[in-house]
Amino acid sequence: MRILAPMAVGAAFVLALLWAIITAAFTGGMALPEMTATRMFHKEPRELSLPSNGPFGKFDRQQLQRGFQVYKEVCSSCHSLRLVTFADLRGIGYNEAEVKAIAKSWQVQQPSISDKTGEVNSRPDIPSDHFYGPYPNETAGRAANNGALPPDFSLITKAREGGAAYVYSLVTGYQDVPAEQRAKFPDSVPDNKHYYNPYFANLNIAMPPPLKADGQVTYKDGTPATKEQMAKDVAAFLTWTAEPKLENRHTAGLAAVIFLLIFSTLAYLSYREVWHGKEH
Amino acid sequence: MSFPWAKHYEPKSDFTKWIDARLPLPRLIHGAVGAGYPVPRNLNYFWNFGFLAGLALMIQIVSGIVLAMHYAANGGVAFDSVEHIMRDVNSGWFIRYAHATGASFFFIVIYVHIFRGLYFGSYKAPREMIWLLGVLIFLLMMATAFMGYVLPWGQMSFWGARVITGFFSAIPLVGEPIRQWLLGGFAPDDAALNRFFSLHYLLPFAILGVVILHVWALHIPGSNNPTGIDVKEEQDTVPFHPYYTAKDGFGVAVYLTFFAIVVFFMPNIVASPDNYIPANPMSTPAHIEPEWYFWPFYAILRAFTANAFGVPAKLWGVIAMFASIALLFFLPWIDTSPVRSGNYRPLFKKFFWILVVDILILGWMGKSPAEQPYVIISQLAAIYYFAHFLIILPIVSRIERPLPLPMSITESVLAKHAAQVNTAPALTGLSVQPAE
Amino acid sequence: MATVETFDAPESLAGADGVRRRDFIHVAALSFAGAGAVAVVLPLVNQMNPSADVLAQASTEVDVSAIKPGMAIKTMWRKQPVFIRNLTAQEIAKVNATPTASLRDPQSLADRTKAGKLNWLVTMGVCTHLGCVPLGAGAGEDRGPFGGYFCPCHGSAYDAAGRIMKGPAPKNLEVPEYAFKSDTVIQIG
Repeated sequence: MRILAPMAVGAAFVLALLWAIITAAFTGGMALPEMTATRMFHKEPRELSLPSNGPFGKFDRQQLQRGFQVYKEVCSSCHSLRLVTFADLRGIGYNEAEVKAIAKSWQVQQPSISDKTGEVNSRPDIPSDHFYGPYPNETAGRAANNGALPPDFSLITKAREGGAAYVYSLVTGYQDVPAEQRAKFPDSVPDNKHYYNPYFANLNIAMPPPLKADGQVTYKDGTPATKEQMAKDVAAFLTWTAEPKLENRHTAGLAAVIFLLIFSTLAYLSYREVWHGKEH
Repeated sequence: MSFPWAKHYEPKSDFTKWIDARLPLPRLIHGAVGAGYPVPRNLNYFWNFGFLAGLALMIQIVSGIVLAMHYAANGGVAFDSVEHIMRDVNSGWFIRYAHATGASFFFIVIYVHIFRGLYFGSYKAPREMIWLLGVLIFLLMMATAFMGYVLPWGQMSFWGARVITGFFSAIPLVGEPIRQWLLGGFAPDDAALNRFFSLHYLLPFAILGVVILHVWALHIPGSNNPTGIDVKEEQDTVPFHPYYTAKDGFGVAVYLTFFAIVVFFMPNIVASPDNYIPANPMSTPAHIEPEWYFWPFYAILRAFTANAFGVPAKLWGVIAMFASIALLFFLPWIDTSPVRSGNYRPLFKKFFWILVVDILILGWMGKSPAEQPYVIISQLAAIYYFAHFLIILPIVSRIERPLPLPMSITESVLAKHAAQVNTAPALTGLSVQPAE
Repeated sequence: MATVETFDAPESLAGADGVRRRDFIHVAALSFAGAGAVAVVLPLVNQMNPSADVLAQASTEVDVSAIKPGMAIKTMWRKQPVFIRNLTAQEIAKVNATPTASLRDPQSLADRTKAGKLNWLVTMGVCTHLGCVPLGAGAGEDRGPFGGYFCPCHGSAYDAAGRIMKGPAPKNLEVPEYAFKSDTVIQIG
């Protein structure tokens, strides 16, 4: 009978699933996952309000320049920005001469080959060079940092759940292990190569607190460089490095959506006019 | 089958007559989407989604060809080439986001289109071929989308490829050799990436070909309609142009509005942040999850957690996942009710809505981690899915008592309108004259 | 069975001249669609123009302090060879002695160099015949019968000012846009 074939196939899948449920029930597979230190003490990022947030968001170039200064003086000793070139800094308000100067004075030079001997050496950076970072390869990066590779920052705010808010929370989130956690999960406290940070995925991060004190950086525009401020500014800067076309996108988007709303209205009126009198 | 009252194409000018005698393309267009193709007058907005699917395909092809001018399919440079598109190529960010968003929108459209077919019985005779071609298009779309997602060579690209190609090793004996043949290696690497790029470029044109067959097959019986009743007389229909060209135009405008809102204001809303990290074969992401349109199937795959009847659990999962789509091919012969539309099948209608909720639950489970209580929920939801198509539908279609069907499409339109109209029939534009 | 008449909208809306007065909505909708289509096509065409990173490589700086009189170097600009040559006094005299009217592509040395820097000749290293790279810029290379550059592909011979003297090339070696940033640094492009 034509009805039996599909029912037999269906019965096979249903029975296999029921069997899976039954075996789970009898072998303790029904238990809810155990409570772990991470589950209990991990914190979601704190809210960060940046001028680039929202559909009409724009960058504050002063803030981006402050953020670049934080990156330069605090982060660049370990973290690269390899998708960004010095010339791209024109986009945060530096002029051509300033960009050339930043490139020329940048500590990490470009690898190059000597014209005469072919020997591998280095040369000062020029604007079209990228921010390649201090380590020549991954092995060197890990060796210098207890086995943990400092990630590239170009896309960090798009590569982490929580984005800029996560970066901001993480960088200001270093704190002592809560007593409750120490009591419940004594094995979860960091060893001497890690630091406790509840905003980090598994609570213990290999990076030491990068912002140690207020005034660590002296801002050129005179803004007081509290840890909060530095964290906000570098998060804003990293939002720009991840999405330098954000402002173009918002502007084009506003024009496109307004155009399409008008077009939709016209298209609707045209449709109604075509169907006028035609019941359906 | 063309309806006898269909307007015939009559070339008027010398030029159109010349063309008509040599390459009757205008005639074809007139008869397919022009004033010469009668379509039921009572189609609702769910019937817009076929045209929107065609539009979505065009957007993917155009944006994809442009992206291919700048993308480099080699492991060392693929990720950077995509960032080059985002940062350096003129309007590159727009084209990339349009292509990525376009894929998601294509699946939204196709799911609505499929559910329309399920509810209104569009898969039933004489439209079985349209349905089969449609399921084939769906499979090609899934293959294309999977390979496309690998191309940026991010963490999810790599690990998604690892997991999906890993399925094949579940097949006994030949599974592992097949897997290595697919990959050109032991794990996804340059060989896999290059061939995925080649095939990802090719398959959309295969889809285009099958879409042409799908529309051709549709034009034989003509469109189904919300009552499920066949077209009987001229006033059951309106010519495709201008009635449905105007309605599809409106549909396109609304679609593009939503599309633009996502592309320009929330382009990463369904993106996995892990895919902005370059692929690293040495480090697995915390949660490997496929793109949202695969979530229900991923849930079904993971629901089979025990060996049963001598078949290992992993193989059950793989077979069930493919079976969950393959069973759609058999639907016209599983559901034997002569009544097409769910509007007149009260028992079927109830189970249909349960199916919709069930698939949404499966989707949510596909995203969730493989731990309780998500496992038991996935298992129960998967049980319902297979039961619905393979056990419930055959029974329901044989025992249910459908509601009385209207005599014609026109009668149903009139009835609907009589319920809406208050007093003056002349204002409604539709009057009923008593028969002479 | 009831028959159905449909209310014939077009005739009743037609004005005295038979024109439907509500067509403008269709014209408006289609015009908007057309304008939108053009607005979308523009970025699709523009994406083929040179991208930002290519444009950033559009100019290059060269330090010429190591080039002695009589010497030349080959360098790259916009992915093509450029010859930078330091003419000796004799070469300058010889080049100026040639009557420009007799040249296939009449130009004087002054036309092809910067004021006060007549000895510095910056030209593309691309033969104007069919695009080969002429010899003469590297040390020991054949400078041809006119002491300038010589193209081995089809025998075009250039003088020390890069002007075509003999052979099939129609024009002198192209002088790109360049400027002296300092006495020893040239910016090309």
